[in-house]
Amino acid sequence: MADQKIAAYVCQGCGLGERLDTKALAQIAKTDGKAHLIREHEFLCNADGVATIQKDIDEGVTHIAIAACSRRSKTEAFYFPTVAMSRANLREGVIWVRPEGDEHQETTQEMAQDYVRMACAEAKKLVQPMGNTDVACDATVLVVGGGITGMTAALEASKTGYKVILVEKAAQLGGWAGKLWKRVPFKEPFADPADTGVEAMITAIAADGNIKVYLNATIAKTDGAPGRFMIDIATESGSVAQEHVGSIVQASGFTLYDMNKLPELGGGKSPHVVDQAGLEALAKAANGGAIKRADGSAVNTVVFVQCAGQRDDTGKHLSYCSGTCCNTSIKQAMYFKDQNPDVDTVVIFDDLRTPGNGEDFYRSAQKKGVTFTKGKVSSVEANGSGLKVVFNDLILGDQNATIENADLVVLATGQVPNSGVNIDPSKLEEETESVAEFKQISILNLSYRQGPDVPQLKQGFVDSHFICFPYESRRTGIYPAGPVRRPMDIAQATEDATGATMKAIQAIENAAVGRAAHPRSGDLSFPIVRIEGCTQCKRCTVECPFGAIDEDEKRYPVFNESRCRRCGTCMGACPVRVISFENYSVDSVGSQIKAVDMPDEFQEKPRILILACENDAYPALDMAGMNHNNYSAYVRIIPVRCLGSVNLIWVTDALNSGYDGVMMMGCKHGDNYQCHFVKGSEIASQRLSKVDETLKSLNLEPERVQNFEVAITDIERVPQLINDYAAKIQEIGMSPFKF
Amino acid sequence: MSDLNTQAVAKYRNNFLKEVEACVEEGDWVKMCMQCGVCSGSCPFGPHWDHPPQELFMMIRAGKREEVLTSSSMWMCTSCYNCIVRCPREIPITHIMHGLANYAHRLGLAPKNQPTRHFSGLFWNNIIKTGRVNELKLSLGLYFRDGLVSGIKVGMAMASVGIGMVLAKRLNPIELIKPHGCKDTKGIHAMLKKAREIEDRRKGLTAA
Amino acid sequence: MATKEYAFYPGCSSQPGASASNYLTSVNSMCKTLDIKLTEIPDWNCCGASIGYAEGGELPRHAMNARNLAMAERELPGQKVVATCAACWLSARETKERLDHNSTMRADANEALKEAGLEYQGKAEVMHMVEVLIEDFGYDELKKHVVKPLEGIKFAGYVGCQTNRPFGIDGESFENPVYLDKLVETMGGEAVAYDQKVTCCGGALAFSEPEKSQKQIKDIVESAYDHGAEMIVTPCPLCQANVEIYQGAVNKRYGTKFNIPVLYYSQLMTLAYGGSAKEAGLDGHIIKAPKLEAFAAKK
Ligand code: SF4
Ligand code: SF4
Ligand code: SF4
Ligand code: SF4
Ligand code: SF4
Ligand code: SF4
Repeated sequence: MADQKIAAYVCQGCGLGERLDTKALAQIAKTDGKAHLIREHEFLCNADGVATIQKDIDEGVTHIAIAACSRRSKTEAFYFPTVAMSRANLREGVIWVRPEGDEHQETTQEMAQDYVRMACAEAKKLVQPMGNTDVACDATVLVVGGGITGMTAALEASKTGYKVILVEKAAQLGGWAGKLWKRVPFKEPFADPADTGVEAMITAIAADGNIKVYLNATIAKTDGAPGRFMIDIATESGSVAQEHVGSIVQASGFTLYDMNKLPELGGGKSPHVVDQAGLEALAKAANGGAIKRADGSAVNTVVFVQCAGQRDDTGKHLSYCSGTCCNTSIKQAMYFKDQNPDVDTVVIFDDLRTPGNGEDFYRSAQKKGVTFTKGKVSSVEANGSGLKVVFNDLILGDQNATIENADLVVLATGQVPNSGVNIDPSKLEEETESVAEFKQISILNLSYRQGPDVPQLKQGFVDSHFICFPYESRRTGIYPAGPVRRPMDIAQATEDATGATMKAIQAIENAAVGRAAHPRSGDLSFPIVRIEGCTQCKRCTVECPFGAIDEDEKRYPVFNESRCRRCGTCMGACPVRVISFENYSVDSVGSQIKAVDMPDEFQEKPRILILACENDAYPALDMAGMNHNNYSAYVRIIPVRCLGSVNLIWVTDALNSGYDGVMMMGCKHGDNYQCHFVKGSEIASQRLSKVDETLKSLNLEPERVQNFEVAITDIERVPQLINDYAAKIQEIGMSPFKF
Repeated sequence: MSDLNTQAVAKYRNNFLKEVEACVEEGDWVKMCMQCGVCSGSCPFGPHWDHPPQELFMMIRAGKREEVLTSSSMWMCTSCYNCIVRCPREIPITHIMHGLANYAHRLGLAPKNQPTRHFSGLFWNNIIKTGRVNELKLSLGLYFRDGLVSGIKVGMAMASVGIGMVLAKRLNPIELIKPHGCKDTKGIHAMLKKAREIEDRRKGLTAA
Repeated sequence: MATKEYAFYPGCSSQPGASASNYLTSVNSMCKTLDIKLTEIPDWNCCGASIGYAEGGELPRHAMNARNLAMAERELPGQKVVATCAACWLSARETKERLDHNSTMRADANEALKEAGLEYQGKAEVMHMVEVLIEDFGYDELKKHVVKPLEGIKFAGYVGCQTNRPFGIDGESFENPVYLDKLVETMGGEAVAYDQKVTCCGGALAFSEPEKSQKQIKDIVESAYDHGAEMIVTPCPLCQANVEIYQGAVNKRYGTKFNIPVLYYSQLMTLAYGGSAKEAGLDGHIIKAPKLEAFAAKK
């Protein structure tokens, strides 16, 4: 571009001046970096340094390259929102990872010089993004599901002044909690079952002018993107209402695992074997009096069978623990004991799992005389008018321990999420039919190209980055909350709803200014596609982990900026390289790769390119620097948004221009993924498996390109990986592609 | 069956947990055990117990009255208090072990030849006589529990210990003739009689 | 410092001619140096120890201990009750806790005590001698009186059970209490680290279950040896007796050659405070400690 004016700044502080020849660095910025203005400064991040830069900007500098510390430090000092900026990491990336001493000086200086070249090359290719400003924004939250989670979300959103549309498929609000006689206590002293509070919430919602409720209604269609969703609501009468909303809280709850699948435990075989919902119904009918069986007879002995159809390793039933049913059984046993202490209540458990303050509740039940027996129930059969329960007593080692005369048996069957259609066919195969069958009906009916619902985990719960951004699903602006996200109880669901509501509000605000959500929160860039070049290959639409890209009638990709998380996976995918960001592109990285000064073969100085994920690997490298863990001077590190954004052209270009090896460092993928963009590192490793052919065609060894999983805590390991790899490259020898 | 036992069976029918709660020292804690097994794993003689504490508690809850009360297990308790300080539920396990042993003994169900039962009886009777322990009589009583012959055998086996103790002036042969003791033995006896009376009344251990 | 006065509960094993009589000898010497005045509780009786349970039951045991406490309250008002025996201390404290927190139990105990003309009021505090040393004096104060530090002698501090659990000394951890090691070091000795510091010696079951108890004793002594200890030191008469007198039996059973002296902390203190072998009760051991005897003889 003609009107670019590039300034390069070389800092001498933090020991850079002593360890490096900064004059030479400045010279490089001029000759190789082609910067128009070059300054050395003894302490660049101090007031004077910052003022110097600002003054240059005021006088017309458009791009700046700062050769100092890591791009991750001094971000407040070096905050120049009006210009494009690159950083050469000379401190954490060079002097802190290199030993002192004359014998190292030459290679260390070369490292620094390359980083200056790279920073100048990058700066030239950047445009400071200004955000996508022409976005309409509806400041209304749609809440799908009117149970505790949904009602909490609606009330919370309303309290902060947002409008809410609340859609419930049943004829009244309340959901699961509405069916309960009492709830597990949530306040000191956690000793007795408590009132559910559902009535009070329903009243509050009815009185709230911000909340519009649709009962007997479902979502027929969800179209659009955060800030501009269009929702078709199918109502009982058959008519369809349309609402415009900015974001969505999906509180679709759970269904109890079907006890009819447990005939050996008497499920479906006897009217006196009930699930936890069945017991709640009996308790509601008793209305505080003695709980009677369905046939009206008295209950003297009741047995609770924990983990019924759960924590199952045979593959027939649910494999997970719902985490709530132990407390529920404790509560239900108390229904009996509180009314009549002479009723025998036996809870047969394998492990009693009472999260939160459930431990106090458990203790209270023990005080009330509920008997807890560690065992595994093998059968429940009719025995006269009662039931015979046979279990393996795990403490006393009695395989055939028996309770002959139970009047009622309650099966703790656990939560199956109402998460809609599983849109990932590969996951479907792993599941048992019984689990899948609940999810045939779509909850949201998204018109997205990738499918009608939010992507799920193996067990059917919706996918989210569990550790870092638990609320952030793989559909921006749609926040699953409550038991659809993971099994949880009322107290947890209430908290979850509050968090999800906050994120839903944030999504609306982000959409209004074109800002990204986690993990690149605040980023104003977005993918720009040069549609003329597109070959309609669909890779971007299929691979986008967030389903941000739809297709038009001519099967061209349609990007929805506010759904996008700026991971760059689409950019990495595009074979014709027509996708880019203003501040991150195939070119901005490619030109850094090419900017490195490549020593000829006979100097025996290999060059290794490291493409490091900016979320975990790059911070780990910086921290290795802070700990002064040394690594090879032959590496040149470029941070990338996600390994998913790595376009294979970078790898082939690097090999073609004489690099001896390429290390890719990204987050863990697979079932317990750590990837901040969920699928990015997985997709990258799939793509990389195809690199082997390229290597073969170039007649290069497969070791020349390698993929590594790196966690942010790998501060010791990452230098070791580098050094081992450098040693391996020495072993294989120099690349024949050096010119 | 002793009278007391027949009586207890009649009173609590098959609710052994209730019986333990009413009659055994700290028995109302049994229901609070959460079956973690820490006590059993902490017990020095644990491997020698037929039913370590955790199991005894479960058996009580499962109504296994006969098995519990005739067990030699709780007699193996050395009163080391390891279990008490480690139990996450702060259950006074040691005291319950003592209480169970005492209850089984009172009902006449405890194993006949349990050495600790025998020793405990000797010990108590030894102290209440004068108010203080007479170590020599106590040891002799222990050695001769199975009769004269076996007593001499055990005594011979332990002779080196005994002679060593005498030489070190820590076992005094004179004790046999002129033992230490409290002055107010009468008061002590009256007090103990009363205490037993009250306890039996509270625990329903008086023959009807 | 002014003389500190305590109501003393010596316990059966500390009587003249009983198994821990030398413990008492050394305690008396130690107290002389520290200016502690111990007044025996008049006509005290046995605590019942923990083994008395089977025949004794609950209330009779508490009555026995309450009698001692009531006697101290009446005869030695305002003084803390101090016991030297771990079992005595534990029993007395257990009774105190129970009677202070359970009004039925207290009323029952008092009903029984009335027969002996006494009443328990819960006024007297119950302490172990070690608590007196650590809490009422403190390591610094104890150190001041050292005239002959036990330099270069390695001790395994064997805490055992009942001074440690369930009440503990000075709020220390049950798994690794360090007060005994600190006492040893305060006297100038060296405390070795070893892994059987709080292992049960079998307690009263040394009599009734000799095989099982001797296995415990073997583990304790073996570990002390393996970690370089020359002597074992303990605060508990039952520990002392079991670990010392059964070494011969253990040797026979396991073919070991154990011969390690087992002493009381009060004996070390007496010696460090310049006392003679006799004042420290060194003559009261089956396994002699020649190194200490020589140390005591040294000027
Ligand atoms: S912190 Fe960075 S900018 Fe500041 S003096 Fe150090 S290297 Fe330079
Ligand atoms: S919460 Fe309890 S009953 Fe439910 S699955 Fe987990 S362990 Fe089993
Ligand atoms: S940057 Fe990532 S989230 Fe955005 S469209 Fe591309 S692949 Fe999807
Ligand atoms: S990956 Fe590139 S070529 Fe393929 S559809 Fe997307 S934009 Fe077009
Ligand atoms: S106190 Fe008794 S039951 Fe408890 S660990 Fe010690 S020996 Fe075992
Ligand atoms: S440690 Fe306590 S809670 Fe655990 S099994 Fe033993 S008594 Fe029960």
